[in-house]
Amino acid sequence: MEENWAELSPDEKREERFKRWLSPPGITFSSPQAEKGYKERVTRFIKAFQLKEPDRVPCILPASNYAAYYAGMDLRTVMYDYDKLAEAWLKFLHDFKDDLDTYIPPALVPPGKALEAVDYKLYKWPGHGISGDTTSYQCAEAEYMKADEYDALIRDPSDFWLRTYLPRIFGVFQAFPQLPPWTSFEEIAIQSFVPFGLPEVQAGFKALLEAGTESLKWFAAVGAVAGEAAAAGIPGIMSGFAKAPFDTLGDTLRGTRGIMMDIFQRPDKVHEAMDKIALLAITSAINAANASAAPIVMMPLHKGADGFMSDKQYETFYWPTFKQVIMALVDEGILPLLFAEGSYNTRFEYIKELPKGATAWWFDQTDMARAKNELGDRICIMGNVPTSLMVTGTPQEVREHCRKLIEACGKGGGYILSGGAQIDKGPAENMRAMMAAAKEYGLYK
Amino acid sequence: MAEDFVNLLADLKEQEVLALAQKRLDSGEDPIKILDDSRAAMAIVGKRFADGEYFLPELVFSGELLKQVSEMVKPYLKQAVETKKLAKIVIGTVAGDIHDIGLNIVDFMLDVNGFDVTNLGVDVPVEKFIEAVKETKAPIVGLSGFLTPAFDAMKETVEALDKAGLRKDIKVMIGGGQMDDEVKKYAKADAYGKDAMAAVALAKGWIGAK
Repeated sequence: MEENWAELSPDEKREERFKRWLSPPGITFSSPQAEKGYKERVTRFIKAFQLKEPDRVPCILPASNYAAYYAGMDLRTVMYDYDKLAEAWLKFLHDFKDDLDTYIPPALVPPGKALEAVDYKLYKWPGHGISGDTTSYQCAEAEYMKADEYDALIRDPSDFWLRTYLPRIFGVFQAFPQLPPWTSFEEIAIQSFVPFGLPEVQAGFKALLEAGTESLKWFAAVGAVAGEAAAAGIPGIMSGFAKAPFDTLGDTLRGTRGIMMDIFQRPDKVHEAMDKIALLAITSAINAANASAAPIVMMPLHKGADGFMSDKQYETFYWPTFKQVIMALVDEGILPLLFAEGSYNTRFEYIKELPKGATAWWFDQTDMARAKNELGDRICIMGNVPTSLMVTGTPQEVREHCRKLIEACGKGGGYILSGGAQIDKGPAENMRAMMAAAKEYGLYK
Repeated sequence: MAEDFVNLLADLKEQEVLALAQKRLDSGEDPIKILDDSRAAMAIVGKRFADGEYFLPELVFSGELLKQVSEMVKPYLKQAVETKKLAKIVIGTVAGDIHDIGLNIVDFMLDVNGFDVTNLGVDVPVEKFIEAVKETKAPIVGLSGFLTPAFDAMKETVEALDKAGLRKDIKVMIGGGQMDDEVKKYAKADAYGKDAMAAVALAKGWIGAK
């Protein structure tokens, strides 16, 4: 970071980070053309985010675990075999090179053996809780935090995680509730080490080390793929993830049912817990962005979507800490990319509170023409090519849908053609048709 | 007292409604009446949800209050209560998908609108749908799914119902996350419903109820 970083305004910080994205340290391009291509692609995205006209509408192909199936493999195979993982993702990279504005390396395909090492319970994946031919991993929602545990979370989140929450989602940490809080280590340790001698506690640590070793192997494979894409001039676009504190609490701690009850039965605790979680989310997102070229943090949004809660509930419970996280990132020059699953038609007034050009919103099923009309002078909008069309439609239908979207949203810049959500399987011709539409209909003159 | 009870429950006044339920039980009132009133209150909750006045938190909380009232009433009941239902419906989240938030909302809304719902839960294999349709003779099946893998699972479920010779006797509706009319065509279902209110309207339309 610049020496005078603290004195820069949020807009200046964002410009600095964009510059770093354009000329990232540590990438050796495979050719001058590759470097030129990289800069062109990054510039295309930056201009769209800045609500200016790029050379044409940028496009993100909606491929999540797609490369695995494109290569004739499946998710289970690539979760367990990192060579195959790299092979599949590189095949997609090479075959689609001319159709990619950005590339998502397989960093979102978790290492199956590491998850198994800790007996991971928060997610199910093919062959592990769901059928082997399922194309995605899925969160197994449950009440991992009990209603009477708010105070423990609020008092000391790290301690709560280590001794209460993690033992519920890592089977191998079953004995960890027996550990004392780490802050209770004696000045000269007399008895403090004793619990760490227990075989069941040691088994937990050993499993964690094993998961770490396994993850390093995975990380090397993923890194090699990401490096090859960057060398070829195809930039990554996301550096990390964050969540709205209400979603963190509702998705993986209290569960949907739990948090909906808490709104009525212990609203103050919900607020206090979200205040704590917001600070954790901010720190981890800033760290992720600092460690990466693209200054963009993606936030998948869940329980604030249309229909989940009233305006009043959104305003009271969802928005304040969500906005706090967004603004803390914006203040650091990081661009939060808000992925609004479902639809967000009733939340436009809140989005209008955010500063101009500081966030991008990825809409799934939101009314795009209305979004462009009401929000287009403030935020870059993305998305809305239906997954159903990408999977079951014809290339002509995909092209036509994309043409209409570009017509509705592209004017003056500030639109990125992308899926409503991502797909795992589907005709490659539809992917190509989507990029063809960006190239044909998305040109700015 | 009955009217107060209905309103208190529909307005989600936890303390008051539980106190009143106890008072009614203590006074020796027929517990069936309390259950009838609870049902009336839930119908109001359902209507408020359909009207956009209530949302998921209210549905969840009303369900919890109903559970508490039912548990209070249970020891006073002499026999199981049977209520007349409009029609049977089998619902479930298709194989390979473990999401149930939407499924449970649909369950709730169908139930308060008078349907006899068999909820098979999540990640339901096709055989289980077939078995449930055979067993209940339900004329309607609702398939739920959140993610894109559900596209094929829905198609396979409808095909399996067809192969089992059941398809001609049933109507199939789909809904959830990434589902839409495209997926309806792909899966050869009869209808796509965008929310729980649509599920109720579709079901009522199919059985000719108002």
